[in-house]
Amino acid sequence: MRILLLGLTLSFCLSAAAQQPTAARQRELIRLVRQDCGSCHGMTLKGGLGSPLLPENLRDKPADSLVAVVLQGRPGTPMSAWKSILEENEAQWIIAELIKGFPQE
Amino acid sequence: MKKLFLLSLLLLTGCAQQTLRGTGDLGVVVERADGRLAIVDNSRRAILGSVEGLGDLSHASAVFARDGRYAYVFGRDGGITKVDLLARRIDRRVIQAGNSIGGAISQDGRIVVAQNYEPGGIKAFDAETLELLADIPSSYGNEGRRSKVVGLADLPGNKFAFALFDAGEIWIADLSDVRQPKLTKFRNIGNQPYDGLVTPDGRYYLAGLFGEDGVALLDLWRPELGVKRILAAYGRGEEKLPVFKMPHLRGWAVAGRRAYLPAVGRHEVLVVDTETWQEVARIPVKGQPVFVIARPDARQIWVNFAFPDNGWVQVIDTLDNKLLETLAPGKAVLHLEFTPKGEQVWISARDDNRVLIYDTQTLKPLAELPAASPSGIFFSSRAARIGF
Ligand code: HEC
Repeated sequence: MRILLLGLTLSFCLSAAAQQPTAARQRELIRLVRQDCGSCHGMTLKGGLGSPLLPENLRDKPADSLVAVVLQGRPGTPMSAWKSILEENEAQWIIAELIKGFPQE
Repeated sequence: MKKLFLLSLLLLTGCAQQTLRGTGDLGVVVERADGRLAIVDNSRRAILGSVEGLGDLSHASAVFARDGRYAYVFGRDGGITKVDLLARRIDRRVIQAGNSIGGAISQDGRIVVAQNYEPGGIKAFDAETLELLADIPSSYGNEGRRSKVVGLADLPGNKFAFALFDAGEIWIADLSDVRQPKLTKFRNIGNQPYDGLVTPDGRYYLAGLFGEDGVALLDLWRPELGVKRILAAYGRGEEKLPVFKMPHLRGWAVAGRRAYLPAVGRHEVLVVDTETWQEVARIPVKGQPVFVIARPDARQIWVNFAFPDNGWVQVIDTLDNKLLETLAPGKAVLHLEFTPKGEQVWISARDDNRVLIYDTQTLKPLAELPAASPSGIFFSSRAARIGF
């Protein structure tokens, strides 16, 4: 039983790890967020037409719902659905990094 | 003796480098990631030098003193930097807000106005000294909220028009007596105005709407008629495409009797008759238009696009409203600027770190200049135009 659980956890971890965007893709995503999300949220992410995306603004919000905002957009606001551009794991990675403090280019 | 001779020689050559010149063909290219401006000469197609220390220049824009010597650059960080194009240095700089989005200069050239997101409102400054002259918060409703301000434009009579994104209002601020600003407010003009423009003759103010279809139109010669809605049905019933970057109206494309406007959430340029304000055509284009700009002689309209179609630029012939050419100038085209009479257009390709210069007759590239993450390009000829 334990071994099964361990195996399950392991495979879960492995698949989660496998889902991290590659290093090259991460660099592209950093540029995308700073430059293109930045056109509304500001290059420093302190906000513009879009709300600020700094750790203190996001930390207390559930990550899943923030990922959903990125993929589905927020109807009635200029925040569009990015699902045609970003994979789910990429949106998850972006939100995780935003909450930590987004890397510089 | 010999030393003295050498010294005077040095002095003389030093003076020779400072030969007199005008500023009518100068301009600035915003190097946005580095807080730097390149000072450019559009006759020689050359970079003359650069000016550093302008702060956060994401979404920066510039207006010019009417003598064409100074550029006022508005940065995202709320900075206004007055830059001397001839001496190539910062003349003055103030931080006037937390989060700013652009500015304008008055008809008489004496007042520079900034439009701010945070805290929402506009502020007027002495163009000479950048001393604060008036502070107009964009308060709306009963709870003391302040709206983000968009679409600031200078109007005849030292007035300024702007729109309140969060409130759906258009305000006119009369700054003819700048210490006593007079405000006229138009309410319920539509949902989420995202930018505005004034027609080249200074008569009409248009605010594009994001939250619903259409454009709010105000006849400034007859403000008592109120704000009308035009193009109200352009997207009716159709699902909007995602908008990965907000379109810009400033830098208008009014060409003769026609205005060319970006559709929002559809890949079209809308053409409106400026006498009847009826839609006369829709031109399908490569992506979500961002800038839709008329060549100064109004024969061509140049369009760039939002991510992910921002590698394209399309040219429309205004004679038949058909696409003339599709160009691929470079990666992440952010802005276009015509030389004063339009024989060239300068195009910034952010991710290629260069500015491309095209001949607008042949539609072929003429030259390119290196620039670090270039965004806005602004030529001093803007100094003489209403709405710039
Ligand atoms: C066209 C403008 C625009 C662009 C581009 C844009 N956003 Fe937004 N975004 C907004 C606006 C406006 C809001 C606030 C919506 C509201 O009023 O609730 C927002 C909200 C968000 C939120 C929710 C924040 C919160 O505190 O709830 C996240 C997360 C977000 N954006 C991430 C992104 C990412 C990541 C990108 C790029 C992939 C992006 N945005 C691109 C306009 C934009």
